[in-house]
Amino acid sequence: MLLYTLKRILYVTPVALGVSVIVFLLVHIAPGDPLTSIMPIDATAEQQAEMRAAYGFDKPLAVQYGIWLWKVLHADLGNSIATGRPVLADVSRAVGNSLILASVSTLIGFTFGTFFGFVAGYFQNSPLDKIASLLSVIGVSVPHYWLGMVLVIIFSAQLGWLPPTGAGPDGSGNWRPDPEHLRYLILPAITMSVIPMGIISRTVRALVADILAQEFIQALRAKGLSEWGVFKHVVTNAAPTALAVMGLQLGYLLGGSVLVETVFAWPGTGFLLNAAIFQRDLPLLQGTILVLAMFFVFLNLLVDVLQTALDPRIQRS
Amino acid sequence: MAAIADAGIFVPVKASRGYWASVAHRLIRDPLAMTAAAIVLIIILAAIFAPWVAPADPYKASMIRRLRPVGTPGYLLGADELGRDMLSRLIYGGRLSIFMGVMPVLLAFGIGSGIGIFAGYVGGRINALLMRTIDIFFAFPSVLLAIALSGALGAGITNSIVSLTVVFTPQIARVAEAVTTQIRTRDYVEAARVSGAGPFTIVRVHVLGNVLGPIFVYATSLISVSMILASGLSFLGLGTKPPEPEWGLMLNTLRTAIYNQPLVAALPGLMIFITSLSFNIFSDGLRSAMDVKQ
Repeated sequence: MLLYTLKRILYVTPVALGVSVIVFLLVHIAPGDPLTSIMPIDATAEQQAEMRAAYGFDKPLAVQYGIWLWKVLHADLGNSIATGRPVLADVSRAVGNSLILASVSTLIGFTFGTFFGFVAGYFQNSPLDKIASLLSVIGVSVPHYWLGMVLVIIFSAQLGWLPPTGAGPDGSGNWRPDPEHLRYLILPAITMSVIPMGIISRTVRALVADILAQEFIQALRAKGLSEWGVFKHVVTNAAPTALAVMGLQLGYLLGGSVLVETVFAWPGTGFLLNAAIFQRDLPLLQGTILVLAMFFVFLNLLVDVLQTALDPRIQRS
Repeated sequence: MAAIADAGIFVPVKASRGYWASVAHRLIRDPLAMTAAAIVLIIILAAIFAPWVAPADPYKASMIRRLRPVGTPGYLLGADELGRDMLSRLIYGGRLSIFMGVMPVLLAFGIGSGIGIFAGYVGGRINALLMRTIDIFFAFPSVLLAIALSGALGAGITNSIVSLTVVFTPQIARVAEAVTTQIRTRDYVEAARVSGAGPFTIVRVHVLGNVLGPIFVYATSLISVSMILASGLSFLGLGTKPPEPEWGLMLNTLRTAIYNQPLVAALPGLMIFITSLSFNIFSDGLRSAMDVKQ
C-alpha cells in the first residue's frame, strides 16, 4: 500500500508541474501587456521598460517561469496588481468560504443522489426509476446560475424567507457557523448541489444495477439471507466507487463555483476570480487558478489512494 | 410455423438491417428521445429563420415600454430592461447561444478524435507522451479551465469558442484513444495488417468505422455541458457583448429585474435549460440505441 501511494505521488508530480506551466502561460496568452491595466496612459517608453523590469517581465519566458515557480514553492504567489495585497492572503481567505459552500453542496448532492440512485437501481424500469432518472438528467442539464436566480426570485424576492446575496448579515467577507450565517448558505448550497446530485445518482444507479445482476447476490438470496442483509452487501460493494465520485465532485464544485458565487456574491474563490478577470489582475488570476487546480490534483490523488485502500478488488499494480 | 422455425428448416431469409439503420429504427421508437430531438429542431429552425419567425426587431428599444410582463398585447413574452420584445430576442438569441455551444464540441470532436485515434493507433511511447500531456488538462475542473482561458484571452465570441474547444478536446481525445486501443488489437485489424494493408487503409477502413460511433455519442453528451458553459461565459461577461441577443447575456442584464418582472428575468435561462435538457435526453437515447457502454 505504501509503495502504491509513493507510486501515485511520483505519477502526480509531472502532472502538477504541467499544471503550473499552463497556469504560468495563462498570463502570457493574454493579449497585450500584463501591465497595461496599471500603466499610466502617458508613461514614457523608458518608464514602461522600468516597470516591466520591476515585475520581471523583461526576462526570457523560461527564466520568468523558473523564478515564478521558485517563489510559488516558497508560498509566494506575488502581490495583486489592483490592491497590492499578497495574493496568497486573499486566496486562502476565499478558499475557506468556497470550501464550506462546496462541502455542504456535495453532502446535499450525495445524500439525495445516492437515495435516488438506489431507488432507481433497485426498481429498474419502474415509474420510480423513470422519475429518479429524470431528476438526475435535470440535475446535469440545468444551468445552475439560472437555478440560483430562480431560487432567489422565489425565496428572497417573492417569499422573503432567505437573503438573496452575501455570506452573512454584516456584509463581511467571512462565513461563520452560526444560525444567522446559515441562512445565507442555504440557497447557494442547494443551487450547487444539483450537479453532484445528478452525477452521483446516475453513477449509483448503474452501480446498483450492476451489483444486483451479479451471481453472489443470487447466492445470498438462495441461502435465505433477508432482503435487508442483501441490501447491506449492495451498499458495501457500491460504497468505494460512490465515495470516490463524491470526492471528485467536491473538487469540481470548488473549482467550478465561479458562476454560482457570482450570482450570490459569495466571498469565495469564484468571486475572487471574477474580480481578477475584470480588473485584469493577472497575478491574482494566476494565483487563484493555481491553488484551485493544485487542490483538485491532490484531491484526485487522495481519492485514488483511499479508494484503493477501501476496495481490495482494485489491483495495485 | 414456430416449430419449423425452431428446427431451423425453411426459415425465410430476410436481409438484416445495417447497423445505422437499426440504430435509427431503435431511436425512432424512443418517444422521449424523439420529443427531445423535435424540441431541439424547432429551436434551431426558429433561430435560423428568426427574421421570418420573430414578431419584432430584437434590437428596437423603447424606454416607455421597459420591463413589460408576460402577456402584454404586442409583447407576448414581455419586454426587457430596454423595452425590447422578449420573444424576438429569445428567438434570435438561439442563434449565438446554440452556435457558441455546439461549435466547441464540433471542433473538439475533430481535433480530439484526431489526437486520440493517432495516439491509440501508434501506441507505445508516442501514445504515452500524448496521453500524459492530456492528463494535465484533466487536472483542471472544466468550468475553471474555461473561465481561466476566457478570462486570460479576454471577452469575445471567438475566444469563448477557443476556450471551450480546449476544455473538450482532451476529454474527446481520451475516449477516442481508449476505443482505438481496444480496436487495434482485434483480430481483423491484425489480419488486415498481415495481408499487407498500410496504416492509412487500416485506420480508414477498419478503425474509423468502429471508433467514430462511440466518440460521436460521447460528443453529443458534451453539447449540453458546452451550452451551459458557453452561456455561463456570456453571463459572466466573457462571451458576446450587448446589445447582441444571447441567452446567457440576456440572463445577466435582466438580473436587476428579478424584483419587478421575475418571470421575464427567468425566461432566457429557461431557454438554456430546455435546450440543454433536450440535447441530453437525445444523447441518452442515442447511446442506448447504439448500445454504447460508458
